Amino acid sequence: MDRRNNKGWLYLLPAVLFLGFFMVYPLVDVFIYSFEEGYNSASQTFFGVGSYNYSYVLHDPYFLQAVKNTFILVIITVPVSTGLALLISAGLNSIKALKKLFQTVYFLPYVTNTLAVGLVFMILFKKTAYSDGLINLLINWFGGASVDFIDGPYWAKMFVLCFYTIWIVLPFKVLILTSALASVNPQYYDAAKVDGTSKLRTFGKITLPMISPMIFYLIITAFIGAFKAYSDAVALFGTDLNAAEMNTIVGYIYDMLYGNSGGYPSYASAAAIVLLVIVLTITCINSLISKKHIYY
Amino acid sequence: MTKHTGYSKIKKSAKARKTVGNVVIYTLLTLWAVMVLFPFYWMLLSSVKSYGSYTSEFIPAFFTLSPTMENYISAFTAVPLAGYFVNTLIFTVSTTAIMLVVTVFAAFAFARLNFKGKNVAFMLFLALMMIPNELVIVTNFVTITTLDMRNTFLGLILPSVTSVFYIYLLKENLAQIPDELYYAAKVDGTSDLKYLFKVMLPICKPTIITIVILKVIECWNSFVWPRLITDDANYFLVSNGIQEIRESGFGRENIPAMMAAVVVISVPLIVLFLIFRKKVMAGVSRGGTKG
Amino acid sequence: MKVVLQNLSKAFPSRNKRVNADVIAVRDFNFEIPDGKLIGLLGPSGCGKSTALNLICGLLTPTGGRIFFGDDDVTDLPPENRGVGLVFQNYALYPHLTVRQNILFPLQNLKGEDRLSKADMLARAHEVAGLVQIGELMDRRPSELSGGQQQRVAIARALVKMPRILLLDEPLSNLDARLRLQTREEIRRIQRQTQITTVFVTHDQEEAMSISDIIVVMRSGVVEQIGKPQDVYDSPVNLFVAKFLGTPPINVFIGKVDGGTLFIGEDAVLDIKGISDREVYVGIRPEGFVLDSGGPLCCNLSRVEVMGRDVSIVSSHDASANPTIRSIINAESAVDFTSANVRFTVKPDKVFLFSRETEDRIFFEV
Repeated sequence: MDRRNNKGWLYLLPAVLFLGFFMVYPLVDVFIYSFEEGYNSASQTFFGVGSYNYSYVLHDPYFLQAVKNTFILVIITVPVSTGLALLISAGLNSIKALKKLFQTVYFLPYVTNTLAVGLVFMILFKKTAYSDGLINLLINWFGGASVDFIDGPYWAKMFVLCFYTIWIVLPFKVLILTSALASVNPQYYDAAKVDGTSKLRTFGKITLPMISPMIFYLIITAFIGAFKAYSDAVALFGTDLNAAEMNTIVGYIYDMLYGNSGGYPSYASAAAIVLLVIVLTITCINSLISKKHIYY
Repeated sequence: MTKHTGYSKIKKSAKARKTVGNVVIYTLLTLWAVMVLFPFYWMLLSSVKSYGSYTSEFIPAFFTLSPTMENYISAFTAVPLAGYFVNTLIFTVSTTAIMLVVTVFAAFAFARLNFKGKNVAFMLFLALMMIPNELVIVTNFVTITTLDMRNTFLGLILPSVTSVFYIYLLKENLAQIPDELYYAAKVDGTSDLKYLFKVMLPICKPTIITIVILKVIECWNSFVWPRLITDDANYFLVSNGIQEIRESGFGRENIPAMMAAVVVISVPLIVLFLIFRKKVMAGVSRGGTKG
Repeated sequence: MKVVLQNLSKAFPSRNKRVNADVIAVRDFNFEIPDGKLIGLLGPSGCGKSTALNLICGLLTPTGGRIFFGDDDVTDLPPENRGVGLVFQNYALYPHLTVRQNILFPLQNLKGEDRLSKADMLARAHEVAGLVQIGELMDRRPSELSGGQQQRVAIARALVKMPRILLLDEPLSNLDARLRLQTREEIRRIQRQTQITTVFVTHDQEEAMSISDIIVVMRSGVVEQIGKPQDVYDSPVNLFVAKFLGTPPINVFIGKVDGGTLFIGEDAVLDIKGISDREVYVGIRPEGFVLDSGGPLCCNLSRVEVMGRDVSIVSSHDASANPTIRSIINAESAVDFTSANVRFTVKPDKVFLFSRETEDRIFFEV
């Protein structure tokens, strides 16, 4: 009854068309672009073929700034958000009353528009002529001096960016970890209890190893997500990220395509491929480490 | 007798530790809940303060006694917020609808039909799942520009349609339906299409809902592609609209009006989420763990 | 260690919100478990036997009654302070730890003066591993072990901290039939060797009968009968216990006592004394039938199953509560396969009478 015929391709056709046109072709093309030197988007001509685009991008101070920012963002937000999510989900899993309410509240940032809520964060942190903003008010209460988090010193801006990024990514992680924790067979906890295992030891020696596959999965997706950060930065600092010293690699790619500094798809392609190489490398390292630490 | 007092001590200290632990846990959880909710509260609060009272507060007030709706009126009159809304709605609905059709047919082909080159095709599909969007966006931008589709809905929608991951998710689900059902339907003379719509899709309704929810959230919040492809405010989506408002709307300093716009933009998804809370959370966690 | 259960009760709040009444899992359980014995808690699923076990180990707290280990009242004590070893139905071995680490785990929890040196811990672990004969598997992970081996590791893990009581929850239910026989001998041997008071829960009466010193038969939270396996089998207190013990199960007939004679249907099977005329259930063990062409009990012969040493005669009777009657007869007896009927006399000590109303046992003399 399972006759082999080619009707299957007919069903597949729309997907093939869409993917071919907007994914496979661009994938090939981006490599070609990245090696075409002096590409002019208006006339669609180029001078020659070579690695000049890469060398330009890698020597562009804006790109280096963007790489630096992205790496700082990754190094801070990935461990902090994962750790925090673990803490929160462990807390969630140990309570009964109000658990649903907390879960719902924690999930809210996931369904909000990054750009829109970013604006709220901006006004919370921003120091303006007529007000220092709410966060500065709190800092003043504790005896600190006001800082302009949005147009001020580099680390103040980086702090807000990291904070907002964590705020945005936490819902997903909390959700995944809470269900991972809940899926641990309660018999293991009973067994540990009968053996008089302390809470801390139970968590470290039983819970963590049991959910380690999920944790590694979250870490890998967190790395990838953080390397692609862009919207959060735009939400906080506006579209001219280079001027704010807060650009990210993805932001650099888009700036090269379009906007005030745009019109250089070759540079954008080269930058995109550099990003791909970085992400692939990190992912490979991650999965190598995780293979060593996951037992099943 | 001494042993008994020892036991009661153990019992008491165990109880005390549990109470202290609970207090700590609830305090920390509440603290984070406040962190999550506070920006929402602040945006609501700011949106009902009048421009005058907002700018006169050097020390921001945590509540207001004279709420006003004027900001909401200006959000819809001073900037074309309603237009952004309609655009986003058109974009979200069409993208999701086309995506659903494409996904269902492709997943059906992979899960149920037998054709030459199926396995190779599926392998290629899986490989595509690992391609980051940032890589293909460059060429897509150039393509849409050369096709003169900037500032059109087609240009916005077409490249946003496909998600290999959703095809994969649905295919896995369809494949779990036992073959016997298909053979039984075939014996009864049911066509492939009818079998797909009358049997498979109803069974896989949860997955379909998951996919739709994820796609709607993705569309509603999409920013990067619309930003690249539209510079005419008539085609802005809410994300771009809010960015535009921030850079030049309301004379830049009218934060209460901005907040009103932010509230208006945020409300639809939040309401949708609160209604379909269980489905959304289950969907996101399913989508997340299988990816 | 002697264990005393005093009026032990456990009620769970009803899950159905409209019904306010609690679900009573264990009701008024009284039992003194003698030191060093192997006790089988037996009953159909949902009878409260697992709840009883969890009450003893402390994972559940009773809603009424007391539990004593020796002279210590441990009712309110958390499980870690009771000194019990528990083996779970599906073993609950930590999948990420090796066998050695699994066995060491309880020892590493000990604190203060109870804590052993590393070398002592290892020595202890190897000692119990030797006891359950898994010494050569110490570096494997649970996923690399067979079901029976996992079972042994679970027992070793429970024994390593030298518990005062060893508790086993359905220890054999996850094993295949052959391993089950082997492992139950093993449990018996380990228990004999360690002399630890052991309680195990099972729904398999054969398993309980074969290795327990004492069995406790439970139904819907209530203890029906406690006794040595053979005693309970030979003298069940009610119809439930009679039906629950024995393979093939006991044959139940609807009968009556009339003028000192026991009737099954129209057949007068036995003359009995000491019972007034009444309606009864008649239980006859499969081995209680004697083939006798002049016997009073006349059944319709369905078929004869040859089992080597014995034959099993499958027949039916109008007054039988079950569709078939199974009787086990010595293979040397001549059975006429072609006959439509088969006639039996019954052995009086294999016949039990139960009240129609209460299903309680009615004793009689021959």
